[in-house]
Amino acid sequence: MNKPLLSARGLVKRFGAVVAAEDICIDVPVGQRLSVIGSNGAGKTTFVNMVTGYLKPDSGQIHLDGDDITGLSHQKIAGRGICRSFQIPQLCLDLTVMENLLVAVAAATGSLSIWRPADSPNWRDRAEALLERFQLQADADRPVMELAGGVRKLLDIAMALARRPKLLLLDEPTSGVSADEKFPTMERVMEALQGEAATVLFVEHDMEIVSHFSERVIAFYSGRVIADGSPLEVMANNDVRQYVTGGAK
Amino acid sequence: MRPTKALLLAVITAIVLIVGGLAAPAWLLFLVTLSAANGLAVLGIVILMRGGGATFGQGMFFALGAYAAALAPSLLGINDALLRTLLGTLVAGLAGAVFAPLLVRYRGIFFAMLTLALSMVLFGILSKSNALGGSDGISVIKPTVLGVELTAGNVEYVLYSLTVVIAVVAGWAVSVYWNSAAGLMALAVRGNPLRVEYLGASARRSLGTSFFICALLGGAGGAIMAQSLGHVEPNFANWTTSGEFVFVAVLAGYRRVPAIFIASLLLEVVRSFSNLYFPHTWQLALGAFLLIVIMFRPDGIGSLWPAPRRNKHLPIKPVAGLMEVKI
Repeated sequence: MNKPLLSARGLVKRFGAVVAAEDICIDVPVGQRLSVIGSNGAGKTTFVNMVTGYLKPDSGQIHLDGDDITGLSHQKIAGRGICRSFQIPQLCLDLTVMENLLVAVAAATGSLSIWRPADSPNWRDRAEALLERFQLQADADRPVMELAGGVRKLLDIAMALARRPKLLLLDEPTSGVSADEKFPTMERVMEALQGEAATVLFVEHDMEIVSHFSERVIAFYSGRVIADGSPLEVMANNDVRQYVTGGAK
Repeated sequence: MRPTKALLLAVITAIVLIVGGLAAPAWLLFLVTLSAANGLAVLGIVILMRGGGATFGQGMFFALGAYAAALAPSLLGINDALLRTLLGTLVAGLAGAVFAPLLVRYRGIFFAMLTLALSMVLFGILSKSNALGGSDGISVIKPTVLGVELTAGNVEYVLYSLTVVIAVVAGWAVSVYWNSAAGLMALAVRGNPLRVEYLGASARRSLGTSFFICALLGGAGGAIMAQSLGHVEPNFANWTTSGEFVFVAVLAGYRRVPAIFIASLLLEVVRSFSNLYFPHTWQLALGAFLLIVIMFRPDGIGSLWPAPRRNKHLPIKPVAGLMEVKI
């Protein structure tokens, strides 16, 4: 394997007596589409929160492109190139879809002028490109509070992509989306990500989506990694069948 | 609205008001001057509210600006009204810059109560300071304007004109700020600070900027008030003064800059006439007035005329009012 983009070594996180992460070691190479699975409380979101700086690990180290990012704030980690979307989309409900994207684009440039209009041509072009890529043009001028859950998910991901991150973390991108819409939503996301250099790690419960959209799967159980490999290998793993997918041994 | 278009509108507004002032009686000019001074302080509060903060202590900056303008002739030999206003603005801005790093760690009611606490500390200091006149305050030397001495015949009009220019310039600058990247980011911080931080921007810095601008405008308002009234007193920093500013902010809403000055003028008019006709119960009239606004115009009187359109093809939807300050 080439030098990994993300390298997590010996991550431990405890909340009192609850062990949310126990000696997590994961390397993610550049360009990989990787999914993380596990039952509720397995430690998936804790892992994502440690990588994105929301939680500081009790011990262990996280490197991005060889740089130690352990314990940095989520703002600084975003600046280093790790962006995320959320299980419950984190959007500005009073603002329109376009305004949310302009906020993301402006934040990505790091230039928050008190003079330059927020919708100046360069930023608007980038925001419109994201709208088009996620097929959100029809909703561009609608306040987010009027949008359906699936559209909010897409917008949340589009905002995370505005910075052109090295690593994009998607926390349950199809949760809250109707069963019929899960596959189309995920296809829209993956189409939108084509052409981006971003490595993608997503947390997901739907095993069909995991099998179809990821090159590699990591299974968590009780704060530990219990399987790591191709979707076929991981789905056939006895521990995964017992603790994650619920299939017979 | 583009900055140049907004500037043109501001210049026209200033000219109309200044020329119109020639025909207005002195009492009206004085009333408008006072309401514009208060309006500047309220403009600061509205900026802070748009940026995710709330303040019950705007009186602190108002008092700092007022005392700085009052003391400028004796301490610094500065007597020009514009320079004294600038000095008051800078002193309040400096205080804002000092306190901002402390305050931006907090949100919602904690932020607001801390501003109130700071304001009341200043109120206590001013009340007990004999050098600053104690609870009686100090008289303010009549200013000159661009070297011209003010006389009984022209003082109201000259100060009115100066105030109009300052208020219009401030209003223009604020409208430019609201349309800027930093202004949009402030709205985003109000809506979802966590998301802003995960995008790589600093919600605290944005809130700190809003607070700093709020302080500058509070100081400018206080400096104008001091020179117009000819007297400053610790009551400028009292919670009742800050409460009045919040009252006007709620009355105006956060959609339009002119609404803030109109709301401020409305308060002064209601206060003046209520004081005249029912001096002991005029607060009752103010309370009833605010209740009616909250019930029927939760976004303030600024929502009486159309908000800037986001899209010509979509209807404007009501958004959360100022009363729903988000934490």
